[in-house]
Amino acid sequence: MDVTGIVCEAAQAVLGLALAPGVVGLIRRVKARLQNRRGAPVWQPYAELRKLFGKDMVVSPNASWVFRAAPFVVFGSTLVVYLLVPAFITPLPLNAAADLFALVYLLLLGTFALALGGLDPGSAFGGMGSSREMTIAALSEPAIALAMLSLALGAGSTNLGEIAARTIANPLAALSAGHVFAFAALFIVMLAETGRLPVDNPATHLELTMIHEAMTLEYSGPCLALIEWASWLKLTVFFTLAANLFLPWGLATSLTPAGLAIAAVTTVAKLGVLAVAVAVIETRIAKLRLFRVPELLAVSFVLGLLAVTSSFSVR
Amino acid sequence: MTGLSPTLFWLMVAGYVTAASGLLMPTARLTRITGAIGAIAGGAAGLSLACATLWTGESLTLAAPGMIQAAGGLALHLDRLGAIFLAIISGVAIPVGLYGGAYSASYEGRYSTRWMALNVGAFLISMSLVTAAASAFTFVLCWELMALSSFFLVITEHEREESVSAALWYLAMTHAGLLALLAAFYLLGSGGADGSFAALRAGAAQLPPGTRHAIFLLALAGFGSKAGIVPLHVWLPRAHPAAPSHVSALMSAVMVKLGIYGLLRVGLDLLGGGPAWWGTVVILCGAVTALTGVLYALVEDDLKRLLAYSTIENIGLVLLGVGAGFLFRSLGQPEAATLAFAAALLHAVNHAAFKGALFLSAGSILHATGTRDMNRLGGLVTRAPWTAAVFLVSAMSIAALPPLNGFVSEWLLFQAFLSGVAHSQASIAGLLTIGVGALALTGGLAAATFVKAFGISCLAIPRSPEAEHAHESPRLMRAGMLLMAAYCPLLAVFTIPVLATIIGALAEVPGLPAVPAAFHAGLTLHTSNGVAAMSPVAIMAVLAGTLVIVWMFVRVIAGRPARIGDTWGCGRIGQTPRMEYTSSAFAEPLRRVFSQLYRPAADTAVGVARPESPYYIQSMAYRTQLHPWFQRAIYEPLIAAVERAAAWTRRLQSGSVNAYVGYIVLALVVLLIVVMGF
Repeated sequence: MDVTGIVCEAAQAVLGLALAPGVVGLIRRVKARLQNRRGAPVWQPYAELRKLFGKDMVVSPNASWVFRAAPFVVFGSTLVVYLLVPAFITPLPLNAAADLFALVYLLLLGTFALALGGLDPGSAFGGMGSSREMTIAALSEPAIALAMLSLALGAGSTNLGEIAARTIANPLAALSAGHVFAFAALFIVMLAETGRLPVDNPATHLELTMIHEAMTLEYSGPCLALIEWASWLKLTVFFTLAANLFLPWGLATSLTPAGLAIAAVTTVAKLGVLAVAVAVIETRIAKLRLFRVPELLAVSFVLGLLAVTSSFSVR
Repeated sequence: MTGLSPTLFWLMVAGYVTAASGLLMPTARLTRITGAIGAIAGGAAGLSLACATLWTGESLTLAAPGMIQAAGGLALHLDRLGAIFLAIISGVAIPVGLYGGAYSASYEGRYSTRWMALNVGAFLISMSLVTAAASAFTFVLCWELMALSSFFLVITEHEREESVSAALWYLAMTHAGLLALLAAFYLLGSGGADGSFAALRAGAAQLPPGTRHAIFLLALAGFGSKAGIVPLHVWLPRAHPAAPSHVSALMSAVMVKLGIYGLLRVGLDLLGGGPAWWGTVVILCGAVTALTGVLYALVEDDLKRLLAYSTIENIGLVLLGVGAGFLFRSLGQPEAATLAFAAALLHAVNHAAFKGALFLSAGSILHATGTRDMNRLGGLVTRAPWTAAVFLVSAMSIAALPPLNGFVSEWLLFQAFLSGVAHSQASIAGLLTIGVGALALTGGLAAATFVKAFGISCLAIPRSPEAEHAHESPRLMRAGMLLMAAYCPLLAVFTIPVLATIIGALAEVPGLPAVPAAFHAGLTLHTSNGVAAMSPVAIMAVLAGTLVIVWMFVRVIAGRPARIGDTWGCGRIGQTPRMEYTSSAFAEPLRRVFSQLYRPAADTAVGVARPESPYYIQSMAYRTQLHPWFQRAIYEPLIAAVERAAAWTRRLQSGSVNAYVGYIVLALVVLLIVVMGF
């Protein structure tokens, strides 16, 4: 990887980190408007981050180095995932390592670290959050795997650059049944993995209804800022994957200013559309009971199976 | 290097014999020292021998036709396939030797450490000779020696009923497997070939198809019971926890792999592959084994039994790869077959590393606290930091988290399945899709299992006085654990040379071409399907760089020291260990989701204060138990039938001497008739 590559990746990282709070701010704003409230401005999450970085950290006496290291591992792994996703340009300088399975397992690394961080202070809420989070993560794995298998069947490889390139080269494939089913499966898994309704309510204050929030109850100050930012970045990663693997037009295939400008505008637009879609879904659908979530994930698995069957029959 | 292989071989034998000679040492301390030095020396020699064979391609051949002439004598021939497994055995023997040097001290005075040293030496040498065996007789002899020495090791703590029962189950199952193996070898030689593998290989092509199918199924049953295929696995969750921890590490990390070795040797090498249904059967067995193993590991509260079930799960994953390999070979996709076998073998190597480290750290926890029950552990990350660190690294590897070695082999298994799906007919593609789904589900459940195992055992507050007074293990045990754990990141960084060696070893088998894989800084596989690329080194580097940058950034912006404050308790007054999550509680959501498979038995007893009204509840007791259903469905009827038959034949033992004399006369008469008839 040469200097241009490093600069591109660094720029992508900075842009991703800058956009992620905005995406979540937009979702919250649209939800508020749909619920007839005025809502906080779209840049409220940025203010939250600034506030948290300025605060002190309070750490439980039972916590060990695992508790202190977990936010960094979550943030680092999510950022590495964002570096491998084709957000603005394709193929990326790091395309040699940009494999769909590597992505999924890197996200699992973040979940693993956060679950351990939730168990460390020894509170019942943390344990509950970790237990539920690992349940949902484990049950969403087969659905993701099948959705990825269908994408890989169409493109002949699990490499992200390859998948995006095949869809760009063959626009009609984007409307094929395999793609549509895979998109639906991935969308449901995204709602589960990023802790949105109907799986988990990100705005709840009741500890017994929390999944992701329960694991982060003990974190405060800069560590909490890192974890929140990482979860917003994870949402942005999923949005970018959904947008740029299934509808990759607009991605810059060469480093020209015009191409990059178009890529920036189209990606931001796609993120905006997906954010509004998620906000509408969150407003319309009530939260599922924890033991109904496996049924939702089973639906996602079946959609993935249909996607594989459709991709297989047209390959 | 022609002369070096025999030298290394005899050095290895000498090393393990030295370890076994601990039997003759006058003091217990000398026994421990000779045991440790012998195992380390033998392991180092064995590892060098295996590497020499793998890299130079020379095979070691030794024959002793004079020994046990009636059965055809002993013959040894170490080729590359065997050398991979010899490398696994020797590589694990070195840290286990270090660790056992200090761990066996806890048995002194109660049980015989001399006998344990003899059996460990015999175990190591018999396993090494199994990988080099070149005739059916040598193979079976060394196999049985391996089984007997490990039986004596499992029954080390013979005053505990649990160990005795576990050892008996193990003895029965291993000999049932041996019967299947003997039948398989007998059928292999039924074409008139003598016992040597070369003759069997040549003669196997002429055998009728029915015999070939029978041989394969018998080999699957026999080797599968050693490897731990469901439902022949019932001895594993009993025997592995009962054995001393360094022996559990050897059994789990190494011995079960010899089951895989046997299956590859008989199915792939001697029989030369078969029709598509062979591969299908193995894939289905592998999927069922993997899912059953991980599902039972998830709900286990005993740390070592959790690790034993996790071994079953990983053997299932290896079998998925082996089955895919057989399937692709029979369908005429040789490249995909090589990829599948290579993925399976790489997973076997990786599993040896992280399962060995997990068992050694579990032994260290047992040594520190005296208990294996996770509901009584906790807080070890501050009291035994090295143990906890080894546990964490190996737990992350087994959960297939990048950039460690478990992720690489799971990725490779996915790629192997993927390259097969694209080119197959619909039914095969459906089977492989189910395989991919099973692989993904096992991976997710394994991650949940090891969050539970590490989080409950090592983090938070100690749940019992034993855990509170835990201490770190002695230096030698720490050294052994750290060496074994160091294999995990090393195998991740050096994936490419290891994979290249494995593919080179597979290329010796006719019909398996070398997969055109480009190995630069990353691993790029060029399959007939397309290009797949992954780079554990790149991911490691980028992850490390990102972590450093983020850490420095946070230090600069918000580098104030943290304040210490109580854990949030929602208004409660104090914090006791009873308020933490337990191991059973952690697994409860998944247990509920899969309750149709587990069929747990639950019992609630409510004690009432006044008999006339059920509303004044005084006490409540909730008990729940999980009995593996295959034991109820398969083994209990079988054992009952055997006991009935034994009770019936007991009628012959009437106690009357006249009856016994009558039996002898009857036997003599029958023998005379038979002899005169021929």
